[in-house]
Amino acid sequence: MEIGKLEFKKDSQRAVNNKTLQRALIYATDRLRERRKAAVEKVKNWEELRTRAREIKEEAINNLDRYLELLESNVIKVGGIVHWAKDAEEASSIILDIAVKRNVKSVVKSKSMATEEIELNHVFESSGIEVVETDLGEYIIQLAGETPSHITAPAIHKTKEDIARLFSEKLNIPYYPESEQLTKVARDILRGKFLNADMGVSGVNFAVAETGTIVIVENEGNARLSTTLPKIHVALMGIEKIIPRFSDLSVLLSVLARSATGQKMSSYVSFISGPRRKNENDGPEEFHLVILDNGRSGILSSNVTRESLYCIRCGACLNICPVYRKVGGHSYGWVYSGPIGAIITPQLQGLKKGSELPFASTLCGACKDVCPVKIDIPRILLELRRRVVEGRSEDRVGGGFFQKLGIKLWRLSMEKRKIYEVLLPLSYFLQQIWTRGSQDMIKTLPFPFSLWTKHRDFPRVSKHPFRERWKEIKQL
Amino acid sequence: MVKVLRRLGVDLDFHNDQTCCGQPAFNSGFQSDSKVLARRFLSIFDRDEYIVCPSGSCTAMVKIFYMDLFRDDPKLLAVAEKVSSRVFEFSDFVVNVLNREDVGSRFNGKVTYHDSCHLLRELHIHDEPRRLIRSVRGVEFIEMKLHDECCGFGGTFSVKYPDVSVSILDEKIESIINTGADALVSTDMGCLMHIGGALSRRKVLVKAMHISELLASE
Repeated sequence: MEIGKLEFKKDSQRAVNNKTLQRALIYATDRLRERRKAAVEKVKNWEELRTRAREIKEEAINNLDRYLELLESNVIKVGGIVHWAKDAEEASSIILDIAVKRNVKSVVKSKSMATEEIELNHVFESSGIEVVETDLGEYIIQLAGETPSHITAPAIHKTKEDIARLFSEKLNIPYYPESEQLTKVARDILRGKFLNADMGVSGVNFAVAETGTIVIVENEGNARLSTTLPKIHVALMGIEKIIPRFSDLSVLLSVLARSATGQKMSSYVSFISGPRRKNENDGPEEFHLVILDNGRSGILSSNVTRESLYCIRCGACLNICPVYRKVGGHSYGWVYSGPIGAIITPQLQGLKKGSELPFASTLCGACKDVCPVKIDIPRILLELRRRVVEGRSEDRVGGGFFQKLGIKLWRLSMEKRKIYEVLLPLSYFLQQIWTRGSQDMIKTLPFPFSLWTKHRDFPRVSKHPFRERWKEIKQL
Repeated sequence: MVKVLRRLGVDLDFHNDQTCCGQPAFNSGFQSDSKVLARRFLSIFDRDEYIVCPSGSCTAMVKIFYMDLFRDDPKLLAVAEKVSSRVFEFSDFVVNVLNREDVGSRFNGKVTYHDSCHLLRELHIHDEPRRLIRSVRGVEFIEMKLHDECCGFGGTFSVKYPDVSVSILDEKIESIINTGADALVSTDMGCLMHIGGALSRRKVLVKAMHISELLASE
């Protein structure tokens, strides 16, 4: 998918002023934070598990070429068909081609960020193929014509009332205020879709190189149905989903569910190795695995940012992030949001388009502490900021003229003590004129300092700065 | 800080040449500008036994991020490693180097504590400031909800995205008010300027204090 330049500033401003959204975000992130915390506290060797999980992903990414080839040969061995897609366009046309050749009329989809990334629904729809999202959250946003605002909880921005109104309007049903009623409506509709679908499309949580198995983690059973009922199953994975061994799953599954929802294990974990065998009664007749790059391999060359590819998409960094909690997922402008979105969107979509995102963080580091694979997100944000400001010419964006000027002047005043020592009394002098000699904290300042004083008072410059007083204090 | 450290028998000096460690430029992506100031910092503090700093984020800059800054310069990296091992945030220094908790202070009132992000998550200092606060005579310590949530400052973030920054700050202020505290104590000048600026603007009668101010009270 080609996206325009992201507008984090505008979108985030709109988000913080949306009271309903604020309520939904606080409610959801509070609950997810608490659940994760409770689940993690029960695991004695949690830190050890995180370290092990990181090592597994590190090994996988450092040997990506080898493991991907192994995966391919093992998927073929179990009867699957493997396709390689260099970008979103290629992936879309591969999948569409499979559908068209087999005269597919309707598709059921289970939750997949990779399919969101390539906007697969649009591709099907514009070719006249019906496509239905079967994860409840995804179903809701598909009805609403929106994009997911969270990696694991795509409709997190919607309140129960929003959903009741949406269902009533789009499905021509009465306004049902209770979650149970709404869920039942969705379930009834989706059952029919599952039974009639010609093709099921899923994502992949882990792809095991050693066995050619893909693993799908979910709670609603919709992924299990999407991948077993229709005749054709197409799974789409980013190249970073690979893991070396089947035994690695014992570590990865235990950190994933706890980090995402605070569960010991999700309600369903499907292990899919190829299509139905001759002597088997269920499962699809065809299994296709589409392996997508879409900019990922470009991240491999950097020692600092390579670990962006370790992400197992648990969403814990979104839930803990003070910025995400206020701005929600849509402010990040693309399918991946929160701290992980702030580091992968600029790397996958280009630094020019995503230039604001590395700055959309307070660098508080909470994301790093909850990440089940210990991705050092703040350090990657800092590296991306550096690239934005002083990087290679093709993706150099600069920090804006005034910011640049500000930093250079500031640096000069910090570098030359003489300038610093002139600036201190000068700012005191200007302050006294501006505030007419008041002793209170400063209420208003001219632009750009007004960006601070619009909401917060500013401390006064002291008449006798510490460095001046030190001469006397020193003698005491 | 001078008062407390002297009370504990520390021989103090202040280099008049010192300015900034370079963190604002570093965090804004201007690493080459930051490097100039970092080199300057290293040359000024090269020979000191201990360097005590009243801010967690400045301390983290020198102790952690200087290593990133000088990654490709083995000579300066060695200097940075040497100097950074002597840099301590104030509460860390008092508790872990001087081995003191009760520093003979008195403050009558309820106190709550805001964990500054870099002190907590880069330097892993959680208990030390709390132990110091609890040892002050007359203090009733109350932990606030969301004590380890960022206050929304984030350096230039606070002016780049003022609406988001203040929206984060709102929840922090609410947490502080809900404790009924008389004073909000923290260990970072950035957080204190941010939280203090909002407390003042909203005329909330909670005093924003640096931990050294609390410990200097008698």
